[in-house]
Amino acid sequence: MGFFLETFLGGLMTGLLYALIGLGFVLIFKASGVFNFAQGAMVLVAALAMARFSGWATEALGSMVLGNVLAFLMSVAFMIAVAIVIERLVLRHLVNQELTTLLMATLGITYVLDGLGQMVFGSSVYTIDVGMPKEPLFLFEGVFEGGMLINPDDLIAAGVAATLVATLALLFQYTKVGRALRAVADDHQAAQSVGIPLGRIWVVVWAVAGIVALVAGIVWGSKLGVQFSLSTVALRALPVVILGGLTSVPGAIIGGLIIGVGEKVSEVYLGPFVGGGIEVWFAYVLALVFLLFRPEGLFGEKHIDRV
Amino acid sequence: MNDMTQTLETPVAGRERIGGVILDLQNISLRFGGVKALTDISFDVREHEIRSIIGPNGAGKSSMLNVINGVYHPQEGRILFRGALREKMEPQVAAAQGIARTFQNIALFKGMTVLDNIMTGRNLKMKCNLFQHALFWGAAQKEEIAHRIKVEEVIDFLEIQSIRNTPVGRLPYGLQKRVELGRALAAEPELLLLDEPMAGMNVEEKQDMCRFILDVNDEYGTTIVLIEHDMGVVMDISDRVVVLDYGKKIGDGAPDEVKNNPDVIAAYLGTSH
Ligand SMILES: Nc1ncnc2c1ncn2[C@@H]1O[C@H](COP(=O)(O)OP(=O)(O)O)[C@@H](O)[C@H]1O
Ligand SMILES: [Mg+2]
Repeated sequence: MGFFLETFLGGLMTGLLYALIGLGFVLIFKASGVFNFAQGAMVLVAALAMARFSGWATEALGSMVLGNVLAFLMSVAFMIAVAIVIERLVLRHLVNQELTTLLMATLGITYVLDGLGQMVFGSSVYTIDVGMPKEPLFLFEGVFEGGMLINPDDLIAAGVAATLVATLALLFQYTKVGRALRAVADDHQAAQSVGIPLGRIWVVVWAVAGIVALVAGIVWGSKLGVQFSLSTVALRALPVVILGGLTSVPGAIIGGLIIGVGEKVSEVYLGPFVGGGIEVWFAYVLALVFLLFRPEGLFGEKHIDRV
Repeated sequence: MNDMTQTLETPVAGRERIGGVILDLQNISLRFGGVKALTDISFDVREHEIRSIIGPNGAGKSSMLNVINGVYHPQEGRILFRGALREKMEPQVAAAQGIARTFQNIALFKGMTVLDNIMTGRNLKMKCNLFQHALFWGAAQKEEIAHRIKVEEVIDFLEIQSIRNTPVGRLPYGLQKRVELGRALAAEPELLLLDEPMAGMNVEEKQDMCRFILDVNDEYGTTIVLIEHDMGVVMDISDRVVVLDYGKKIGDGAPDEVKNNPDVIAAYLGTSH
């Protein structure tokens, strides 16, 4: 029992990270109708920024807590700046263009971010230490034999991610900005005609996606270190948005959790019978099944074509 | 469309409501590469009037509307709106100045409900930004509710209460056109641009739409620029009509004058649509 719960929880934690990255995809997809290839690069750049800023700030202020807070704020500012630059240099010039053009543009942004990020912040492996407690905790010792072992930093990360996600979901579903964002996703021209400023909406969305990437980068980076491979972690989150539906914020969350838990649990319990390695392909197979039978995902909007 | 005529005020009574020039287009020329969409076109729109633009397909009618709300920027000519010379500007600036519009090919937000679509029309009137929403949820919700009341008025006016929560993509064409009008009305515009609001509608739907257009004009005093192919409707509800053909203006005046203009008869009424 304890072991199953541990596996399950471990899966949830990974799932949450997938969900955070998936959320970044969904935000930008909703606002521009385009799949943002650069989401992974944004995670990398954000984590690099945080790692370096936190090094400098901690040294300068002589306090890890203050240093990290300052570094976080600086990283947020940095991601907002990135969003503004992307809007100015790229998106602004692609208003009312074909979606494929936008898609190619995000591919371009990926390479620029990957390259520039490492040029500015360096390309060695960095660590992010936000000073979370690392001592594992035993829970439910009285409830069942042996209790269960969990990491408190996982719990904190989960809490942060959940808060972030809930706030975003509320903002996008029930506010004027959320509505404007969905409007822009549907029809650029109509959105402009009712006075929605495309540029500002894009900056907001890319900035929010950048901040989500920052949180994902911090959580992931403090576990595994910050290095180039973070950029490809985003590919692991691809099945998440296929499962959850590219247009659904809750879909990204639930998709992420399902995949995180599914791959861990099946690895541990089915792995021994098929020689292991399930974790590597589980998400993709699940995504494939969905593409075949329910291409709009669990929560995506179904496309109804009028004949 | 004869029954329409009877529901209308006499033209003379209608004239009195019309004010001064609100929009003045002077020598507008617009080209797309080699295509001359508009050539040296001048006309004005007066406050509170229903001003129609007619002409065969490809005459440049939609291009004219797009020039007025800033989608297209003419290579030559001047535009005065409320007496002020207008600089080159984007559609959202036109919206901020009180110009709302509908599109020839319906441009609604298909995934969103009727209510949300019409709410976007209030966008410019709502002041809370994302951070205020995040920090002062209560105040933001209050604003949301105030605007929702206005939107419900529009919904009542257009008699679409029953489809309030339907995603617009699922609605039949005629209703979508009505929702698009609703989104424009929600902005409480001074100048309303309607690009073929009745195209593809049956007689009953057309009569409804005519009634809404007349009521908007009558109750709110909204100035309307209307593109429409149905000559019966145009002659019935317009105060003045501009006729375009191949991007050139070939007629301008009251419906009766236009109807009897030989150029118009030759170029427009003579061809079939
Ligand atoms: N965005 C555009 N790019 C190129 N040509 C255009 C564009 N918009 C309109 N045109 C051309 O301008 C002319 C007038 O079109 P339009 O204004 O749509 O006519 P109407 O609305 O009267 O049918 C047509 O020849 C059309 O092909
Ligand atoms: Mg047209």
